[in-house]
Amino acid sequence: MPEFIGTGEIILLSITRFWPAWLAIAVTLGVCWPLRERLGVFGRLYGSRIGMAGLIFVLFWVFTAAFADQIAVLGPLEQSFSPGMKKGLPGITDTQSGIVFIWGGDNLARDIFSRVVHGSRIVLLVAPAATLIAYMVGLTLGLPAGYFRGWSDTISSFLANLILAFPIILLFYLLVTPEVRIPHPVDLGIFTIPWSIPIGMAALFFLFPIIFLCTMWFTKYESNKKKLAIYLAVTLVAGLWAYSGLVFNSDPLGILSMEPNELNVFAAVILGSSPGVFRIVRGLTMDIMTRDYVAAAQTRGERPWYIMLWEIMPNARGPLIVDFCLRIGYTTILLGTLGYFGLGLQPESPDWGSMINHGRPFIRLATTVHLALFPALALMSLVLGLNLLADGLREESLKD
Amino acid sequence: MFIFILRRIGAMLATMVAMTFIVFYLVNLPGNLEKIAKTESNMRMSDEEVASWLERKGYNRPFLVRYGEWIAGTVQGDMGWSRVFRKPVREVVGERLGHTGILMFWVMIVMVPSALTIGILAGMREGSLLDRNLSVASIASTSAPEYVTGIVFTVIFASFFGYMAKDVGWWPDWLVFKGVAKAGKVTVENFTLPVMTLAIYGMGYIARLTRASMVEVMTSQYIRTARLKGLSFRVVVLKHALRNALITPFTVIMLQFPWLLSGVVIVEAMFNYKGFGFILVSAAGNNDIDLLLAISWVAVIVVLLTQLISDIGYAYLNPRIRVK
Repeated sequence: MPEFIGTGEIILLSITRFWPAWLAIAVTLGVCWPLRERLGVFGRLYGSRIGMAGLIFVLFWVFTAAFADQIAVLGPLEQSFSPGMKKGLPGITDTQSGIVFIWGGDNLARDIFSRVVHGSRIVLLVAPAATLIAYMVGLTLGLPAGYFRGWSDTISSFLANLILAFPIILLFYLLVTPEVRIPHPVDLGIFTIPWSIPIGMAALFFLFPIIFLCTMWFTKYESNKKKLAIYLAVTLVAGLWAYSGLVFNSDPLGILSMEPNELNVFAAVILGSSPGVFRIVRGLTMDIMTRDYVAAAQTRGERPWYIMLWEIMPNARGPLIVDFCLRIGYTTILLGTLGYFGLGLQPESPDWGSMINHGRPFIRLATTVHLALFPALALMSLVLGLNLLADGLREESLKD
Repeated sequence: MFIFILRRIGAMLATMVAMTFIVFYLVNLPGNLEKIAKTESNMRMSDEEVASWLERKGYNRPFLVRYGEWIAGTVQGDMGWSRVFRKPVREVVGERLGHTGILMFWVMIVMVPSALTIGILAGMREGSLLDRNLSVASIASTSAPEYVTGIVFTVIFASFFGYMAKDVGWWPDWLVFKGVAKAGKVTVENFTLPVMTLAIYGMGYIARLTRASMVEVMTSQYIRTARLKGLSFRVVVLKHALRNALITPFTVIMLQFPWLLSGVVIVEAMFNYKGFGFILVSAAGNNDIDLLLAISWVAVIVVLLTQLISDIGYAYLNPRIRVK
C-alpha cells in the first residue's frame, strides 16, 4: 500500500520546495530597493500594492523556470514504477525511492510537481520571446502605417483585421496539423533548406527584429559612419547567425537550434498576437503625431524613420510597456490554448497547456482532478501576476 | 452614414474572399488531400492509387477553377457536403449554430448585467475599498482563460459536489451540476458550468472598461454641477452618469464576439457541447473541406456584422459622432 503525507505537510512542502525561487525574489527585491529612485516607473512599483503582488508572482515563476533543475525532484518524463503511483493522490509517497509526489502522480506515474516546474521553463521562454518578436513586427509595420497613412496603411490594416477576424483556433488547426507542417527540403542551388508554411512564417517574422534594429542604427548614426558600421556589423552577424540556427536549423556553429514543433508554435503565436500590437502602435503613432515635438522634428528636416523611431517610439513607451506585460499574459493563454487542443509541442512535453489537455479526461472524478488542476492553477497565477503588474505599472505611469 | 455602411460591407466581402481563399489553399495542400483520399477510400493506398483517386474525384483540376466553383456554389446556397457528418453542410451548420446561439444568449444574459454592475459600483467612487476589491477581482477573472476556469468549476461543482452528494451524503442534489452539457437541453444542471465558464472570462474585461468609463464620467464637469446643485449621490449616478458611462461598454460588448467565438470552441470541447465550436474542431481535425470553408465564412460574418452594429450603435448613442 502506498503511503500518504497529510494536507498540512503538502502545503508546507509546496512552499519550502520552491526555496531557490523565494530566495532569489528576496535578493532581487532587496538589491533593487536602494536603487528604486533610479529605476523609473519600475522603482515606483514598491509603492503600489497591486503592482508589487503582480511582480512577486511573475518573479516567482521566472526564478522557478531559472532554477527548475534545483526545484524539481524528478525529470519531466521520469516515471515511477512503484505500485499505486499512477494517478496517485497528492501527497503520495513512492515506497521505492522515498520521494513524495506532493501534487500527486499523473496517469503515467510521473510527478506532477516536477512537470509543472519544468513546464514553466517552456512557457516562460516561448511566451516572452514570441511577444518580443510580435512587438518588433507590430512596431515595424505599425509606425509607418500610423505615420504615412495612405495605401500601405490600408493594406496592413486589412491584413491585421483579417487575422483578427479569423477564428484563431481554426487558424492554429490549419497551420499546425501534421500534413501542413512537415518540412520539405528545397534546393536553393547553394544549399538546401527545409521548407513548410510554418517555417516560412517564422522565416518572415524573424526577419523583423533584424530589419528593425538595422533601421534604428541607420537613422540614429547616419552621420557617424564608424559607429554605424560597428552597430550594423554586430546586429547583422548576431542576427543572421541566430536566424539561420532558429529558423532553418542550420547554424554553422551548431549551438543554436529549435525543435521543429517549437518553431511551429512560435510562429503561430506570433501570428496570433502581432495584429494586436500593430493596432495599438498605429493608434499611438497617430496620437503622438499631433504633438509639437514631432512638428519640430519635421521642421528640422529629420527623416520620417528617424522621427518614428527616435521621437515617437520613446514617447509611446509608457502605454507600450503596460501593453507588453498584458500581452505576455495573453500569449501565455494562446500557448495554453494550443496545448489544450493538442496542437504544437510534443504530446509528452510538460508545458502547462499540454498537461491540462492530458488531465482533461480525468477531471470528472473527484480522485483524479489533480492531473489538470495544478497546471491550470500555475498558468492562472502567472497570467494573474502579469495582469496585476501591468495594472500597477499603468497606475504608476499615470502619476507622471 | 449610408456610404459608411456600404464601405464596411465592401471591406467585409473582401475579408471573406481573402479568408476563404487562405482556408481553401491550406486545406488543399498535397498532404491534406492525401489524407482525404486515404480516409475516404482506403488507408493503405499506394501513392499511385492516391493520385488516381484524386484525379477521379476532380481534386487535381486547377486550384482557381475549383475555388471559383466553390464560390459559385456558395452564392447559390449550395455549401457542399460534409464528409465527417455525412450531411449537407448547410444542415450541419444551421443546426449547430442554433445550439451555440442558445449558449451565447445565456452567456450574454449572465455576463453583461453583472459586468456592468461591477464596473459601475467600482467606478462610482474611485479608489474606495469596494473599487479596489472589485478591480482586483476583475483582473483575476481576465487572467483565467476558459480552459482554466472550466477545469476549476468542473472540479468544484461537478466532481467535488457530486462526491459530497453521492458518497458523503450531506449535500443537496440540486447544487450538483453536470460536467457534460448536452446540446439543446436548457436546464440549470446542464447549462450552468459552460455559461459560467464563458461569462467569467469576458466579465472582468467589460467590468474594467465600464469602470474606466464611469470614473471618467464621474470626474466630469456636469456631474460636479449636478452634485453642487444638491442632488443626491444616487440620483447623480443613476440618472446623470450612467447613460454616458455606458456608451463605451456597449460598443465593446459587441466587439466581444470574435473572442467569444474562440472561447466557445474551448468550452464546447471541454463540456462536450455539440455546437458550432464542436464542429469546428471535428472539421479541422478531419480536414472536412466544405465544412471548414463554411465555418470560416460564417465566423467572419458574425465577427464583422457585430463590428458594424457596434459602430452604428456608437454613432447612434453618441450624438457628437452622429453630427460629424
